[in-house]
Amino acid sequence: MSVTVLAEHRQGTIRDVTYEMLAAGRRLAHEMDGELEAVILGDDCEAMASELTRHAPRVVCGCHPALRYFSYETYQHVLLKLIKERKPAVFMLADSALGADLGPSLAVKLDAGIVSDVVDFHWTDNELVVSRGMYGGKLNADLSVKHSPAIVMVRQSFFRPEPIKIKGELVHYEVNADLETGLQTRHLGIEELSISGIDITKADILVGVGRGVKEEKNLEPVQEFADSIGAVLVGSRPVVDAGWLPKERQVGSSGKTVKPKLYIALGISGAFQHIAGMKGADTIIAVNKDPNAPIFAVADYGIVDDLHKVVPVLRKRLQEMKS
Amino acid sequence: MKVAVCVKRIPDTAESEIKVDDTGKDIIKDKLAFIINEPDNYALEEALILREKSGGTVVLVSIGSKETEEVLRIGLAKGADEAVRIDNAGLAGSDAIVLAGVLAAYFRKEQFDLVFTGCIAQDTQDSQVGPALAQFLGWPHAMYAIRFENKDNEVVVRRELEGGSLEVKKLNRPCVVSFQTGGNAPRYASILGIRQARTKPLERLDIASLGLEQDEVGDTGSKTRLIKLYVPEVSSAAEILQGTVDEKVSKIATIIKEKGLL
Repeated sequence: MSVTVLAEHRQGTIRDVTYEMLAAGRRLAHEMDGELEAVILGDDCEAMASELTRHAPRVVCGCHPALRYFSYETYQHVLLKLIKERKPAVFMLADSALGADLGPSLAVKLDAGIVSDVVDFHWTDNELVVSRGMYGGKLNADLSVKHSPAIVMVRQSFFRPEPIKIKGELVHYEVNADLETGLQTRHLGIEELSISGIDITKADILVGVGRGVKEEKNLEPVQEFADSIGAVLVGSRPVVDAGWLPKERQVGSSGKTVKPKLYIALGISGAFQHIAGMKGADTIIAVNKDPNAPIFAVADYGIVDDLHKVVPVLRKRLQEMKS
Repeated sequence: MKVAVCVKRIPDTAESEIKVDDTGKDIIKDKLAFIINEPDNYALEEALILREKSGGTVVLVSIGSKETEEVLRIGLAKGADEAVRIDNAGLAGSDAIVLAGVLAAYFRKEQFDLVFTGCIAQDTQDSQVGPALAQFLGWPHAMYAIRFENKDNEVVVRRELEGGSLEVKKLNRPCVVSFQTGGNAPRYASILGIRQARTKPLERLDIASLGLEQDEVGDTGSKTRLIKLYVPEVSSAAEILQGTVDEKVSKIATIIKEKGLL
């Protein structure tokens, strides 16, 4: 009985979610009285594989020139064989841009159960029970998953990586399949987000706005408030999608990760993608109408109210204090 | 070019409090408004833009109850040419992979060049239907697309990775492309569009007409089974300030001052 974690890496660096999954996977393997194994695929991933042996008792490393860029097609080809041979009870991968491309197609091919956005799991009565987010993180669901294997897509920036340093075994896995012919997709390159204005990762104080701002015109008093306290205005995805703030002002997993001294979240319910980008702030103040908004789980202080009522008063009060 | 857009009708819960019902397996929906799943709206816009450029037909496809037709009519009013509703009778308990299989049964009967979907269902938070559907059909796919270009026999997609960078990817056609929000500006239905939508074709299918057996779908066909829904426990909750707006703001201003946060 084993848990296999697919290591995720980009441009020669192991992504944090890999360590998060290994920490969570270790606990699950322990519950199952089973083993934990990491799998890393790439064109030249020896160094990363050996780094992983400090976090997993066994690391399976498969190298092939065609695995240079992540592609669900080539990865799937290798993993289908590997999973059939090694028969893990649980196959864990990140619920990421890379993982989401791969997980469901693997599940179809393997006729396996799969769950997205997983935040907890337990092995009970020879069955995997997972908890996953629903409705923007406002609810969780517990589900049982058939294991043949069970494919678990783990929420990023959720589990805490462990500082455990072990000396695991490195296993070379020979990838001798033809991965070059018959491909239906081709990687053409990566375009980095260019920043033309302010680098929000360098600001000490951020005022974040979310869906609760409702209309573009309501952004003006919020901008004035931000200016009055020397803060930079940032936003969650819906505000950027609407075109009210530029992409470089987006905080969250598909935007920027920020760690300011103070983050004031206004009308942001706190979808996990946003929380992933701002939970590292020293102090978080949240204003939201919904008392159960997930943002209050990461905030230090909360006001349950309409941001449009709070902002003008807060601006005035803080100005009085300054003078 | 014949393009299908898979859409889902979901409760709008972004700005409202959600409560679990007595069964513990669903939410109380009576007071909620229902909307089209937002990423699906971006997928539809992309299909309409493509049709404006290169002609063709846009077909909406949805699995759901009779009420789903409201969402389909809105899509038709925005400019889709036809709609198909696959009735959800017999599908209770189906997980995302099973639903992808139901869609695949439909797409095997019809000839499409492209299938667009949203990248995630905002109610269940499943991001599986697009890639799973593609796998059932043997087609390539791309998740989290925000830009789409149609070429001779292939498409080029820019898809969002973490940190805001984009992967540029080429896919053979036919393919499934799952759109993230933000890549375009979804249009609203015009008055004329709403009027025209009333007479546009809306086909109704069910699992039997797609050649599916009851035990392939629903609870029995699914490899995941819902045990319960609940409000997640909060490990480190915020100190919630009480009082009138003035009182709450004064308290927070004092905290900001005392802690030297500004």
